[in-house]
Amino acid sequence: MPRTTVAEFSVESLEILAPDGSVDEELEPSLSEETLFDIYRTMRRARRLDERAVALQRRGELGTYAPGTGQEAAQVASAAALAEDDWVVPAFREQAALLTRGASMENILAYAMGLEEGAESSAEDRALPPAIPVGSQALHAVGIGWAQAIRGDDTAAIAYFGDGATSTGDVYEALNSAGAYGAHTVFLCQNNQYAISTPRENQTRAETLAQKAVAAGIDGIQVDGNDALAVYEATRLALERAREGDPVLVEALTYRRSMHTTSDDPRKYREEEEEVDWDRKDPIARFEAYLRGRGILTDERVEELAAEIEAELEDAVAGARETAAEADPADMFEHAYAETPPWLERQAAAFEGGDADGE
Amino acid sequence: MASDLRLVEAVKATLGEEMARDESVVLYGEDVGVAGGVFRATDGLLDEFPNRVYDSPLGESGIVGTGVGLAAAGMRPVAEIQFQSFLYQGFAQLQQHASRLRSRSRGGFSCPMTIRTPYGGGIHALEHHSESFEAGFAHVPGLKVVIPSSPADGKGLLAASIRDPDPVVFMEPTRLYRSLRESVPDDDHVVPLGEAAVAEEGADVTVVAWGSMLQRTLSAVDDVDADVEVVDPRTVYPLDTDTITESVKKTGRCVVVHEAPGTAGFGAEIVSRLTETAFYHLEAPPERVTGYDVPVPMFAREDAYLPDEERIAAGIRRAVEA
Repeated sequence: MPRTTVAEFSVESLEILAPDGSVDEELEPSLSEETLFDIYRTMRRARRLDERAVALQRRGELGTYAPGTGQEAAQVASAAALAEDDWVVPAFREQAALLTRGASMENILAYAMGLEEGAESSAEDRALPPAIPVGSQALHAVGIGWAQAIRGDDTAAIAYFGDGATSTGDVYEALNSAGAYGAHTVFLCQNNQYAISTPRENQTRAETLAQKAVAAGIDGIQVDGNDALAVYEATRLALERAREGDPVLVEALTYRRSMHTTSDDPRKYREEEEEVDWDRKDPIARFEAYLRGRGILTDERVEELAAEIEAELEDAVAGARETAAEADPADMFEHAYAETPPWLERQAAAFEGGDADGE
Repeated sequence: MASDLRLVEAVKATLGEEMARDESVVLYGEDVGVAGGVFRATDGLLDEFPNRVYDSPLGESGIVGTGVGLAAAGMRPVAEIQFQSFLYQGFAQLQQHASRLRSRSRGGFSCPMTIRTPYGGGIHALEHHSESFEAGFAHVPGLKVVIPSSPADGKGLLAASIRDPDPVVFMEPTRLYRSLRESVPDDDHVVPLGEAAVAEEGADVTVVAWGSMLQRTLSAVDDVDADVEVVDPRTVYPLDTDTITESVKKTGRCVVVHEAPGTAGFGAEIVSRLTETAFYHLEAPPERVTGYDVPVPMFAREDAYLPDEERIAAGIRRAVEA
């Protein structure tokens, strides 16, 4: 047998909004002014939430917090493309995506205060609690998308994860089983260039992360993750396919402008020059320039919005503090099982009785 | 009405009945569809339920992890892990997600997933096919761990596990799949989780044994000059501490038999609980008859590793004569 090529592949990349705010009119999605403003507003809310959360962490009020600063377009525009009944399966940096889906700042802050109350959720929320073990949640989005395929619903699920997660076995298994089952699942990989300190080029020798879809037999596309219009459009198209049983991996090229978490110092592993370079490609500034160009944003509206966000933040901080103040330690016994087993009841009773280890 | 069934037949019948009863039950795992499972525990179910039985891609983390998603979306996943020794590949999903989806969401979500998995030694299988990790699963809060020791309990406990609102690791002793037949009710038969059974009543000593060790214990009893009470926990977690405690209060002596290694095996938990609940009733030090603290040997030596009737009888005699 001669040597022949039996498979070839290519990876497309999509950008609609250039860093200076100019738009490719042929590719520009037709979104209502309201939707465009909502995307902008949520990006702003997420950015301010990050700033406030980091400040609260520095004061000792919050535990470890993972800011999504710089990734607002990748998260907000992708979540904005979801239908109401679609599911979100987040990792731990998805505050912006969750805000888009209606999560409250108060819950996000409460979670960062170490309170399970902040992750309280159910099927009605169409979102799972944040997943901490990297990459593990991709499989849950496959399970949810597979359930829709079994039932014949046209609902879809979107899994968020980062560049580091694409090295995990769970993400490989997720991409592969999504294809095998025809799950209604979109994988939104935010390639923010770093897994804590490990740069993208040390993570894998693959030229793109989008091509990880190829081996699973599903579609992969790369998109400028700091371009809200491109992210929206790529996710919308991916969701359309996913609803038909064709899962898609979207690699959103972005940059984690801030630290990995509040316990990390990026200066140890990257140069200021690189950060400054990415500052110029900031997703919010770019989108704002576009909206101002279209007359959707004015100085006045921006100022009004800033005031609204401050008020929302104040209420959220106050609410989260109240939850922390009222938190009952015995609550930990409540939700381990639907019905508390007798030996656990015994432990709970001992705890309540003031003798934590006896009867 | 009842039928004479082996454990593997009871499992298959129950799976079919539960799928017919509840259309949210979805069955999947490696080779469970067309081939009907390597032990044939799902044989014929794909034909009966073509849209709810799936041959999964190979990958245990994927099997457990997708189950978490299925459950979150309102299905009742029943997954087969081909051999329990491969569930380690899915352990992270089990520990980090399946077991705590309920608590992480403060009860908003639950994970009513059943993971069926053949376990244990004695069938001359390959390396990595003979382990008993029930203590490891029992150590994960949020999980339930169930081990049937007979075909009838196999049916009743599997039905209860599938209907349970929390995730269950359902461990099926491979050595019992085809070695034992008994009358199994044809009708709906549910054995509640967390309830032990007294397999044989006696007054002198209590022996707690589960899985394939129960049958061995019941035969070993014949060689012992004592009136032995045999308790089968049936559910490892949550353990029916009361039934075991009552038995030991009556007999004053206790032996635990399991095929997993002794150190940190579930026998340690049972003995520890008894020192809290029945210490002043004990007339002799509790005995454990278990596998050794070595990796389960390959099959040429597995008989030397597994507790047999002789070792069990010797353990009972030590407890009685102390």
